[in-house]
Amino acid sequence: MSDTVFYWQALNQALDMELAEDDSVFVLGEDVGLYGGSYRVTEGLYAKYGEWRLRDTPISEGSFTGLGVGAALVGMRPVVEIMTINFALLALDSIINMAAKVPFMSGGQFPMPLVIRMPDGVAKQLAAQHSQRLEQTLMNVPGLRIAVPATPQDAWWQLRQAIRSDEPIILLEHALLYFSKGLLDTSREAPPMHRARVHRPGKDLTIVTYSRMLDLSLRAAEQLAEKGIEAEVIDLRSLRPIDWATCATSVDKTHRLLVVEEDSCYAGTGAEIAAGLTEHCFFNLDAPPVRIGGKELPIPFNATLEAACIPRPSDIVRAAEILCSR
Amino acid sequence: MDREKLITMLHDMLLARAFEERAAEEYGRGNIAGFLHLYPGEEAVAVGVLHAAEPSDYIVSTYREHVHALVRGIPANSVMAELFGKKEGCCRGMGGSMHLFDRERRFMGGYAIVGETYPVATGIGYTIAMRDLPEAVICFFGDGAVNQGTFHESLNMAALWDLPVLFVCENNHYQIGTEIHRHSAVPEVYKRACGYHIPARKVDGMDVLAVHQATQEALTQIRNGTGPQFIEFETYRFRGHSMADPGSYRPRVEVKAYEKEDPITIAIAESLPVYPSSEQIAAAGPDSIDQLATHLDQAGHLSSETLAELKAGVAETVEAAVRFATESPEPSLADAQACLDCNRGMEVLI
Repeated sequence: MSDTVFYWQALNQALDMELAEDDSVFVLGEDVGLYGGSYRVTEGLYAKYGEWRLRDTPISEGSFTGLGVGAALVGMRPVVEIMTINFALLALDSIINMAAKVPFMSGGQFPMPLVIRMPDGVAKQLAAQHSQRLEQTLMNVPGLRIAVPATPQDAWWQLRQAIRSDEPIILLEHALLYFSKGLLDTSREAPPMHRARVHRPGKDLTIVTYSRMLDLSLRAAEQLAEKGIEAEVIDLRSLRPIDWATCATSVDKTHRLLVVEEDSCYAGTGAEIAAGLTEHCFFNLDAPPVRIGGKELPIPFNATLEAACIPRPSDIVRAAEILCSR
Repeated sequence: MDREKLITMLHDMLLARAFEERAAEEYGRGNIAGFLHLYPGEEAVAVGVLHAAEPSDYIVSTYREHVHALVRGIPANSVMAELFGKKEGCCRGMGGSMHLFDRERRFMGGYAIVGETYPVATGIGYTIAMRDLPEAVICFFGDGAVNQGTFHESLNMAALWDLPVLFVCENNHYQIGTEIHRHSAVPEVYKRACGYHIPARKVDGMDVLAVHQATQEALTQIRNGTGPQFIEFETYRFRGHSMADPGSYRPRVEVKAYEKEDPITIAIAESLPVYPSSEQIAAAGPDSIDQLATHLDQAGHLSSETLAELKAGVAETVEAAVRFATESPEPSLADAQACLDCNRGMEVLI
């Protein structure tokens, strides 16, 4: 059964299915209930499942995320929605000190079937406090897993897998993806949650990317094809763990690596990818890996400057051309 | 309360004191390292509260939780081995002094970031309420923890949704080295709970019977479905904050005064088939308790033989625990990985 749906609708359907199938699943967060979610992800579910399973919380990110940790300890499967990743800075104690640590510190007595969903990324003129990525802050924490669905199909698959998993999983949903459309085929079997996917095959270079930058990278790849450069585009789908095998296989074939991330490069996700793949593929590389990322600035409010602070398809095309000329 | 339960409570207090003093010795010997926060002086709170709880209730505790764990029934061997960082510790040596957990006894952990116990307890309470179960959650925290944001956030949610949580403040008057009048604009901690319409009271935390009775009353209310309760127990730690802290910021006269109120001395005095109500004790004040203790001792309700037997028993338990911890093997890195991978299908995920 396949259908073209918005990204938010795919998440909504995934939640609906899991809520229906397992009464230990519940959703909590700001305005997830009566209001239906600030990006419509929980639309209609409050009426269907009631207030205990779609819990509108006070604006208390630290404690309602910690509430999810407590509920997970006794076997519930909470899905915590933090309204944006920027607010998750108030919940880092619950995420890093509790969710990621308790299964371990308890000597393995308590699994942590907790899902934390949050929008991230640069949207439209939300200014510096509402435009952060921050995935690198969470990537460095053993005990967490981070999924970054870029399409409605992956959003549907990965949210369902995350809810069914017994470990703390963070879903980062780029704010501009909620109203993007894509095919959702609910009859297709899901790949493993953390497997990367080759979206477009190519022989001249490998572009490794994730989340919203996938779309930009695919557009760049089309422009490159017109210029006779065939880029292989890989969507990581997961930032912890990273599927090194899929990426390394590609780089060993193309001999060139370009990493595209929305956030600034310094100590970022791309640094980990470039370093890891250099270690894996050093002797097969024809040129040093290249990273493209955002400017080293807080995101400005001004629309023109905002757009200039994150990669554009033309930036990817230019970098790929230079890389392939080396 | 029957005499047997009183003797058990006295036993637990004696065990608590002996265990902690021995832990301090083992720390001095280098067998225990890291942060070690000890409980002497506060025994009446853990013992009174936990003896009023049901086995089906959940306990969420802080980093000063060895005694909570022991009273809850985690064997002394298992706790001491964890303090030693050994494989046969209750958390396989991965948690240590500040992170004791026991799934079977619903001991939901020692949390070492101040203020973490509230949201965890609230989450367990949420689940109980959602499932409409008769259980309750007991959430321990110190007076220093009431200044964290999670205190206000979590009390608000617990009250908003009538969650079955008993908030237990162990007010020992010091947040590490800062006395409560220097860290709290409202030093009467229980009054803060009133801001969230949570029934709250202050109880003498040096009197184990008063602690027990107040806890029982609060748990009865909670099981009636009326939402959270809050009790502030006024108590005192005889030692510094941790082994790294000599506690020199406290006036000698203050420490001496509290030592006169030693909950164990008081409990011995009160281990009787017949005893006055906690209201009478509270009204009488510590001087009267001393008089009462003398009187009861002279009346022979608790024989010196029984007391000696109890003390010998806990000494042997503690000795055996140290032996067990010493002989327990070191955990391996593979053990550590297994703890992180509990119920995880790492191999199938990529």
